[in-house]
Amino acid sequence: MKVTVKYFGAIAEQAGLHEEAIELSEIGTSLGDLKTHCIQKYQLDDDALQIAINQQIGTVNTLNDGDEIAFLPPFAGG
Amino acid sequence: MTPTDKRYRRQIQLPEVGTQGQEKLRSAKVLIVGMGGLGCPAAQYLTAAGVGTLGLMDHDRVDETNLHRQILYGNSDVGMWKVEAAKKALNRLNPETHFICYKEGLSLDNALDSIKQYDLVVDGTDNFQTKYLINDACIKTGKPWVYASIYKYEGQLSVFNYQNGPSYRCLFPKAPRKDISCQATGVIGVLSGILGTYQATEALKVILGIGNALSGKLKIIHTLTMQEQLISFNRNDLIIQETKDNPLKLEALKCELRDSENTYLDVRESHEQPKPSNSTINIPLSELMERYAEVPKEPNVHVFCQSGIRSKQAIAFLKDHGYENLINVEGGIETLLK
Repeated sequence: MKVTVKYFGAIAEQAGLHEEAIELSEIGTSLGDLKTHCIQKYQLDDDALQIAINQQIGTVNTLNDGDEIAFLPPFAGG
Repeated sequence: MTPTDKRYRRQIQLPEVGTQGQEKLRSAKVLIVGMGGLGCPAAQYLTAAGVGTLGLMDHDRVDETNLHRQILYGNSDVGMWKVEAAKKALNRLNPETHFICYKEGLSLDNALDSIKQYDLVVDGTDNFQTKYLINDACIKTGKPWVYASIYKYEGQLSVFNYQNGPSYRCLFPKAPRKDISCQATGVIGVLSGILGTYQATEALKVILGIGNALSGKLKIIHTLTMQEQLISFNRNDLIIQETKDNPLKLEALKCELRDSENTYLDVRESHEQPKPSNSTINIPLSELMERYAEVPKEPNVHVFCQSGIRSKQAIAFLKDHGYENLINVEGGIETLLK
């Protein structure tokens, strides 16, 4: 089971990429599992980090094949 | 159509606008908080569109490093108050718009009173603390606001508190610990033009009541890839009710000081940010005369403020009162952060 993870803002710089496919079989299928995996893999700053699944925040926790996950840090520049 | 409507003819021609829409624009009052990269283009298009009253708020003066993205300003404006330079340029663009200038930032003292006088707020700020303050004040006064933020090549856009829609706190409930500013990271000039123009678009839609305002949705634009995302999120009734019930407050931005074994004396005023999570002794310079006896006599007390100037004054004052154990933190709190 594979999902696509997209990184935004400073998170994309910390990860060193904007997008990747991640195989979930060894990680777990909850959003929390994936979040922990990515944060540890790239030492991401998870301060106030918001996450969307299939362009929606905060409604589902279980991941499915083909889901698109977005890591959205707030930023405040103007 | 009156003779002065000639300038608006091309938008009055649009069936969704018409003379009635133009009248709505004429009677509309919009407050722009922050006249920088976002606020300038938003102000330009709102002025040109014939918005009747524009409040321009900024505590800063035009700096040369602003000019690559704040293209309302020119070389001769460097050193001028932003709101005055903006008013001068915008007046030339459309003398029919009435401008109200605020040479100050949005604060706990002025937020509710100023926002109350407008129909909606455009957020041109560059820090989390003011964004949360706009959000909370707009919830309390029942005003919608148009949010944008930029980071290097990437921008975010949304409309908050619009017709019972979600707020900034529904999207980002937890305030980040620290700010990342354009000053620190750099930013491509056109990005603020794109986002500020989008903000003007949303403001016009809200005033005119046409189309679908970007409420409950976060638009993300990346100018290097030209990829866009539209993320949906829901209203959190609990968070909004809490904001309504509690007094207006400033989000404390926390930070951690290096060398935590040191004894620190913070002589900044109580509202100043960021707040160290380390234990420090806080005596604002303005209260030092009455409270200097609280300063510890132990060796090597490190005294800091925002930039190193007030801490120096504090040390000079304390020296006259027998304190020889103080070390000034040159460069202020920034130099102490982990």
